[in-house]
Amino acid sequence: MLQILRNIGAYILLMRRVFTKPEKKEVFRKQIITEIDFLGLDSLGIVAVLSVFMGSVLAIQTAYNIDSPWIPKYTIGFTTRQSIILEFSPTIISLILAGKVGSRIASEIGTMRVTEQIDALEIMGINSANYLILPKIIAAVFINPILIVISIFLGLLGGWLVSILGNDITTETYLYGIQYCFKGFEIFYALVKTAVFAFIITSVSGYTGYYTKGGALEVGWASTKGVVYSSILIILFNLILTQLLLG
Amino acid sequence: MIESRNICKSFGDHLVLDNISVKFDQGKTNLIIGQSGSGKTVLMKCLVGLLEVDSGQVFFNDRNFSEMNFKERKLIRHEMGMLFQGGALFDYLTVEENVMFPLNMFTSKSLEEKKERVNFCLNRVNLINVENLMPSELSGGMKKRVSIARAIAMNPKYLFCDEPNSGLDPKTSILIDNLISEITKEYNITTVINTHDMNSVIEIGDNIVFLYNGKLWWQGTNKEILYTNNEEINSFVYATELMRKLKSENI
Repeated sequence: MLQILRNIGAYILLMRRVFTKPEKKEVFRKQIITEIDFLGLDSLGIVAVLSVFMGSVLAIQTAYNIDSPWIPKYTIGFTTRQSIILEFSPTIISLILAGKVGSRIASEIGTMRVTEQIDALEIMGINSANYLILPKIIAAVFINPILIVISIFLGLLGGWLVSILGNDITTETYLYGIQYCFKGFEIFYALVKTAVFAFIITSVSGYTGYYTKGGALEVGWASTKGVVYSSILIILFNLILTQLLLG
Repeated sequence: MIESRNICKSFGDHLVLDNISVKFDQGKTNLIIGQSGSGKTVLMKCLVGLLEVDSGQVFFNDRNFSEMNFKERKLIRHEMGMLFQGGALFDYLTVEENVMFPLNMFTSKSLEEKKERVNFCLNRVNLINVENLMPSELSGGMKKRVSIARAIAMNPKYLFCDEPNSGLDPKTSILIDNLISEITKEYNITTVINTHDMNSVIEIGDNIVFLYNGKLWWQGTNKEILYTNNEEINSFVYATELMRKLKSENI
């Protein structure tokens, strides 16, 4: 328990150092663009593949479960949309990104720590926490919601593809289903969740990497801890945000 | 000049630095020597502020570094350069970008001016046509030289070198030692070197500080260290067969 409190305290203190004025705006802008490329665009492929398959599986499972003639066929589109927007795209994709992006951030910063690159930044008079972590947080909070919008679109596309190929429903019925009782607020809810999850992934992985001590083995541990802590916090904040926004 | 006054530093119950008061002169290569675990690295980290001292103060030209806040320290840190044991070059930047890094962060020079300064620094450390190489493509000696080039890019007043010869062959070690010594004299820098390399001690040790069990045990020049009667120093200096033979033959 004491260790958890110590970690929370150290995390808050680190965030105080992270959220300060960047040393040079021009350099900071370039860093954000680089991080958008590394953290966001680099993940587009895996997000696309996962989303299409997730949407497809959801549509098949829904079709399988609605044998009753009392349930309309457009429910396939409706259920696929609801599941993708409310949970699968923001939460599952964020969990995948916690693994991919989180481990990358923790190992990158951890390696910089054990090879004294962070000390080199400090000696130059640079706030290393701000320089290394803030661009990643801003880039992820900006690009992840865009990734999730793409994921939602591709998930719905995947659902449509299998529905058509499996002769479950027509395109018109599927389109009717995905528009049925649509509330714009649900997209807002998904984007808010994604932005919060993006902050968790980058800041927590940054924290575990930043306080790495030792060598290659500890960098591996930092990377694992970054992914585990981020994933647990994503699940926890998923519950809190859902209760706050939909409860 | 850098001065430490009554510095103490401990980790848990283990006292690593015990009341260290020492002056490092400008324009000289000041060496901190001692056995592994004697507190050399901790002393250097306390001097540059990577570790906070438990008690005592560090002064840079009579400016009390220990009592400064982050912003005030930043100004002094712009006057510092440091050569790390492994080079500490940024993996994701080319050699040119590494040397240009402090210039990008703290100056408003044009790209041409910055490139000119980078070329000057790389030429000064005898590196030619390496601008576009990545750190992973460099040898150990080249990494150290790029690191020196980066350290002098901002015309530092204080240069810190943490074991500059570790992992280098004897010939390259001498090259690095001479380079540091030349730069120190040329730009009148206060240089502090942390080493346990006896060649460095004899070749470039203008002012040598010997630490033993966390205490300042002895201070003198490279001439004096060879003739001192101090038992602990002799066991350190004449630890190798070669040095003992040279001493016995009075060379």
